Parts: sequence; C-alpha cells; structure tokens
Amino acid sequence: MKFGILVNEGPYTHQASDSAYEFAKAAIEKGHEIFRVFFYHDGVNNGTSLAVPPQDDRHIPNQWSELAKDHSVDLVLCVAAAQRRGMLDEDEAKRNGKTSHNVAEGFRISGLGQLIEAGIQADRMVVFGD
Amino acid sequence: MAMLHTVNKSPFEKNSLESCLRLAKAGSAVLLTEDGVVGAMKGTKHSKDVADAMANISFYVLGPDLKARGLSENNVAEGIKVVDYSGFVDLAAEHESVQAWL
Amino acid sequence: MDDGDQIVKKFMYMNRKTPYGTIYALESLEVVLIAAAFDQDVSLVFADDGVYQLMKDQSTEEIGMKNFSPTYSALGDYDIKKIYIEKESLDERGLSLDDLQDLKYEDEDDDWAEKDSIHLVSRDELAEVIDQQDVVFSF
Repeated sequence: MKFGILVNEGPYTHQASDSAYEFAKAAIEKGHEIFRVFFYHDGVNNGTSLAVPPQDDRHIPNQWSELAKDHSVDLVLCVAAAQRRGMLDEDEAKRNGKTSHNVAEGFRISGLGQLIEAGIQADRMVVFGD
Repeated sequence: MAMLHTVNKSPFEKNSLESCLRLAKAGSAVLLTEDGVVGAMKGTKHSKDVADAMANISFYVLGPDLKARGLSENNVAEGIKVVDYSGFVDLAAEHESVQAWL
Repeated sequence: MDDGDQIVKKFMYMNRKTPYGTIYALESLEVVLIAAAFDQDVSLVFADDGVYQLMKDQSTEEIGMKNFSPTYSALGDYDIKKIYIEKESLDERGLSLDDLQDLKYEDEDDDWAEKDSIHLVSRDELAEVIDQQDVVFSF
C-alpha cells in the first residue's frame, strides 16, 4: 500500500515529526511504500542542514535524510511555508538574493500541489501535527 | 472498513478527543497517540466518555507512547487494545481513510 | 476524450482553530486555493473554534497581521462550494450564521444563479459527511 504523510510541526518542540518518522519506518519495514512526506507549516524546519543537536539526542533532520537515502522516500518542503521561515535551497537562495542556503540532503523544496498530488496518488494520507 | 481517527492530545488539555468522539461514526476506530494516550487510562475524569463511546467505536492506544510516559498497560481501560507502530500502520491500512484530530 | 482514469477523490479540510493565534487557518486556506486547481471533490468544515475563522468584520490593523478573511469570499470563484459549519459549534459559542460571512458561488449549470456555499449541518449530519471522505487534511 502507498502512504502519504503530512508533517505540520518542526523538530523537537512537538512529537509530530518523531511520530511521523516512526510510522514511516514501520510502514517501510512492513513492505509498504511511502509515496511522499510533505512538510508544511513549521514542519519545513525538519529539513534544515544547520541543526546541531546534543550528541546524546536524536538528530531529526539526519534521520529523515537517511530514510530518504536508504528507501528513496520523497521528502518535500512546502516552498511558501519554507520561504516564510527562512528555509532556502541553493536555487531559492540565489533567486532571492541570499548568500546561504540550508536544506538538508534528501529534502527538496516544491509547491503545495505536491501535497494534493500525494493525497490523490497515495492510498492513505496520514497527518502528524499539533 | 470505516475511518481511523487519531487523537494526539490529552483530554485534560484540549477538546480533540471530545470532538473526535462526537463526530466519529459508529463502526469507526480511534487510535490514541502521543499525549492522547492519557485518554486511554482507567479511572480518569474522561474514562466514562471513552467507555460510553466504546459501544460502537473500537479503541486503540499506542504502546510506545504509553511506555514513554511511564503509563502501564495494566492501567489502560478495559476494551482498549494496545498496539505498536506496526499496529498503527496496520490500522491505517485496514481503514478506508485516516483523520487526525489536531 | 476518455478521461476515465482521472482520479477524483473527496478531500476534506477540517478547520477547528481560531485565526491569528496560530498560522494554521491561513496556511489551510492557502492549501485549499491550490487544491482547487486539481479538480477534486473539495469540502471545507468549520467546527469548534474553527467557526471563528469566518467571522464578519475582522480587523487586524492593531495586531500587525494581514487580515486574510476576505479570501474566504473568493472560494466560490475557485469552485469551492461545499462549506460545512457545525450548528452545535455555533450554538455553544453564542453565535449564529448572521455573525459569519455570507459565502456564495455562481452555479454555471443554473444560468449563473447565486447560491449559498455554506451548509449549516447538525453534528450527526457532519459525522456522515466526514465519514464519506477519502482524504482529510487537518492543520
């Protein structure tokens, strides 16, 4: 079965991203496909390449990056939400005249249409938020 | 199979569980996760609402979230089934759609 | 042309929060406007504190935020015409439909007659509508 996942909250403050990650891992282990994980609202902050959590804590952005690498999961940050919150990839940074960019490996920035498409294509959409 | 409703808020904090219970149709399922696991415990102010709803809704609670909060499965109200993340995935797959009461 | 493989699902947007205190109402509306381009079966629900999103006469100048409430009246132009409001949520808050914006759409199958987009539904009717959805987005 194909799952779509929506993550509405950023890392650490809320459990939403951790819950979504555990769900995605369990689904993949059971042989399901994760069609896409879409990050919206503060959820876009899960895609930062600049997080430096304490050594003894989980590294949430890295966990997602590894999941994307190991299982080719499509991780999409909403562009409108990302721009508001200072999450830019190289292209977006250039276009907006910024000198740095901060999107972690495995994440890409795209439009809200990707969320609707996930809703259409996936057999089930599961939402994690506050 | 009908809809799977997920509730991740304590009923002591927000009305998510209450709203879910009033709008979930008979035959659907409710999974309590994150702080929502508090709603699964025996002997709370909210236990009766859950027990009443159990007449036509099936209840599940996410074990890993219980354990994280030091809540024992033994204190989960009768009739509520404890599942792990694998069980969460199964519930999502078995039901026609999933609604999160955020 | 055969467009038989075009998937049309029932999408519901569940709004249960007041505007401005958090960004969810605004960003939910942004999704809805994008979703309109996908030719899906779209419904919006306003229940619990979500009914406050549709209040008339919102004025945000003194809180320094953009008043996005006029956008709701444009939903009809986006062909979004199933807007469900739970009656009990209004009653509990001492509100009636008169306190909310009057949302309309023009029915192209009926000589563009102006019709109500808002459906005031009871708890039981709303439960029925929710149960029929394929995808429920809550923010």
